[in-house]
Amino acid sequence: MSQSMPDTQAKSAPATSSADGRKVLVEVTDLKKHFPIKSGILFQREVAAVKAVDGVSFKIYEGETLGLVGESGCGKSTTGRTILQLYQPTSGSVKFDGQEITDLKGNALRRMRRKMQMVFQDPYASLNPRMSVGRIVAEPLVVHNIGTKKEREERVAELLELVGLNPYFVRRYPHEFSGGQRQRIGLARSLALNPKFIVADEPISALDVSIQAQVVNLLEKLQNELGLTYLFIAHDLSMVRHLCDRVAVMYLGKVVEIAESEELYTNPLHPYTQALLSAVPVPDPVVEETRQRIILKGDVPSPINPPKGCNFNTRCPVSVDVCFDQDPELVEILPDHWVACHRVI
Amino acid sequence: MAVAEGAEPISLEEQQRSTPFLDAWRLFRRNKASLVALTTLIIIFFIAITAPLWTRVGLLDARTGAQARHTVNPVNLPSVDPYPDPGSCARDNLNSNPYWCSWLSPESLVTVQNKYCFRPEPDYSQKQWCYVLGGDSNGKDWLSQTIYGAQVSLSVGVVGATMSLIVGLIYGLVSGYYGGRIDNVMMRIVDFMYGFPTLVFIILMQVYFTEVARQYQDTDQQGIAGFVLSLNKDMGGLLFLFIALGVLNWIGMARQARGLVLSYREKEFVEAARAVGANNRRIIFVHLLPNILGPLIVLETLAIPGYIFTEAFLSFIGLGVQPGTPSWGAMISEVRDRGGFFSNRHILLVPSIALVLTTLSFNFLGDGLRDALDPRMRGT
Repeated sequence: MSQSMPDTQAKSAPATSSADGRKVLVEVTDLKKHFPIKSGILFQREVAAVKAVDGVSFKIYEGETLGLVGESGCGKSTTGRTILQLYQPTSGSVKFDGQEITDLKGNALRRMRRKMQMVFQDPYASLNPRMSVGRIVAEPLVVHNIGTKKEREERVAELLELVGLNPYFVRRYPHEFSGGQRQRIGLARSLALNPKFIVADEPISALDVSIQAQVVNLLEKLQNELGLTYLFIAHDLSMVRHLCDRVAVMYLGKVVEIAESEELYTNPLHPYTQALLSAVPVPDPVVEETRQRIILKGDVPSPINPPKGCNFNTRCPVSVDVCFDQDPELVEILPDHWVACHRVI
Repeated sequence: MAVAEGAEPISLEEQQRSTPFLDAWRLFRRNKASLVALTTLIIIFFIAITAPLWTRVGLLDARTGAQARHTVNPVNLPSVDPYPDPGSCARDNLNSNPYWCSWLSPESLVTVQNKYCFRPEPDYSQKQWCYVLGGDSNGKDWLSQTIYGAQVSLSVGVVGATMSLIVGLIYGLVSGYYGGRIDNVMMRIVDFMYGFPTLVFIILMQVYFTEVARQYQDTDQQGIAGFVLSLNKDMGGLLFLFIALGVLNWIGMARQARGLVLSYREKEFVEAARAVGANNRRIIFVHLLPNILGPLIVLETLAIPGYIFTEAFLSFIGLGVQPGTPSWGAMISEVRDRGGFFSNRHILLVPSIALVLTTLSFNFLGDGLRDALDPRMRGT
């Protein structure tokens, strides 16, 4: 039995709202993802674990864009993938639209996947080189057995137009396209099931700056037209400032600060956020000359063996004794501005 | 929002059709050596497959050579058999030149065959009866034998490659895709078998198989064993040869397949399929297989000469096909048993040239396929 086509128009959904009236779409609570390191020839035992995500909590409100920033290897991508259940979380909870999804299996999980999709970083690796564009974009429809062949073709053409591609391209193959065009194809695929929530895992990092702007504009346009909610993972801080409503900063598997975008950029409270933002160049030679950079000493500790207490204590310029002893909680210092630092209180 | 870069409408006629297959063919065509090899192989396959038809219309001798079309002009047969005893030929060393003539060995002139022996003197008047590529002491036409030998070599190559591809692919797919402990156990088995000396193993198996076949050739076995034995007999010993070759040859392929699966399994397009909700079957058959099949087919094509040589080698030492089945290796071994290379060059040269031509063609075909299927060559 094939099912009917999803509308391109987003439906306004009811229900769970936060205290201030905004509806929470995704709620992540104490999410952990540890990758085991095994040893032994036939009978392997776990000798250690890479704590890629180690207790992350945040909410994403419907229709907003939450930016997730942090340096390479801090667990941004793993967080995004664990939310989508591409990785089985070690512990913690992910609620989508009020429904717990970490314990979903089989068909229930498949149905849930329709509502949340992913856009990938590498436009060259995220499209199967042996499939035509038409097949790639239609794949979600085929997997979920939606529509007849004819309806799928129409839907694919509609989707390609939506992302600004020529519907004639359906018979072409990925290698014939530029990076920006491929990223649009990937976007069309993720939109095929008309999801509410999209995890964009560094969707512009692999593109030229001129193309980056196009893709970001397209993401904004789609958000306005379809009412999408984004988790935008990036390390380009100025792009995040432009695109995101709120920003979460991650360090070594933990969220250290979440705030409204403008608030975070003008008033960073966590020492790591301050150091990160001080690295953003300013497009004004006068300001740029006097800009003070906070250079962190040392390297990021290994996520296999994170330091006791605050994760950041090995590099923190303002650490005190308590930082080496207790892990700071993420607390709301200012309205909608959450920081995990002993020194900020 | 404006239409994307480079998205100006192009009419369908203007678009150069580009599918992975067409691209591969375009690249393949550029490699002239592979094109020649492909043509050669098509011709060889065609001749080998249609050989029974040529026999039926009388252009070739039969497979066994028993119904030789070219009989010697009976006028020249001596009325009285000078050597009625087959042993006397050897004793008198009179069959020193017992081969039929060929332009490859013009001095091995026609000798007239009677029931037991060969006439010692060359008979120049018989030249018109020459086989094009000569014959052997039993009066078998070497051209017909070579063509029927191609059937054996090609089927060993194709069946060996197909079996090793199928077994290796499935083994490697399961091992690489499911990973973890399954992978560990499966790969240790492969490591263990990789340590076997392949050729010695095959020889020992063939020694066993030929012994079994000989032991039961006249008894009437029932059940599966009887079926296998009679099938092997009908195939001229090829069945056991396939088994002996197939037991170890999938191992390299399994390793390659596993490696490819491991590399493609982590690609983002597989993750994208998983994010959409595709099940394992779809990921394996739609996303992994089409991508890993190309390199594996190239490897398998390049492995075919190895299978053909192994068969020829086994037949050369008498452990291959059953006696009487034409095979290039067995034909080459004739030069060891009778006469010498210098007076009977065609005995060695004809099957050797066929062997070299076939194996070289497979090698060049594999080279061309590798270039054609390599995604890095696209658009160049």
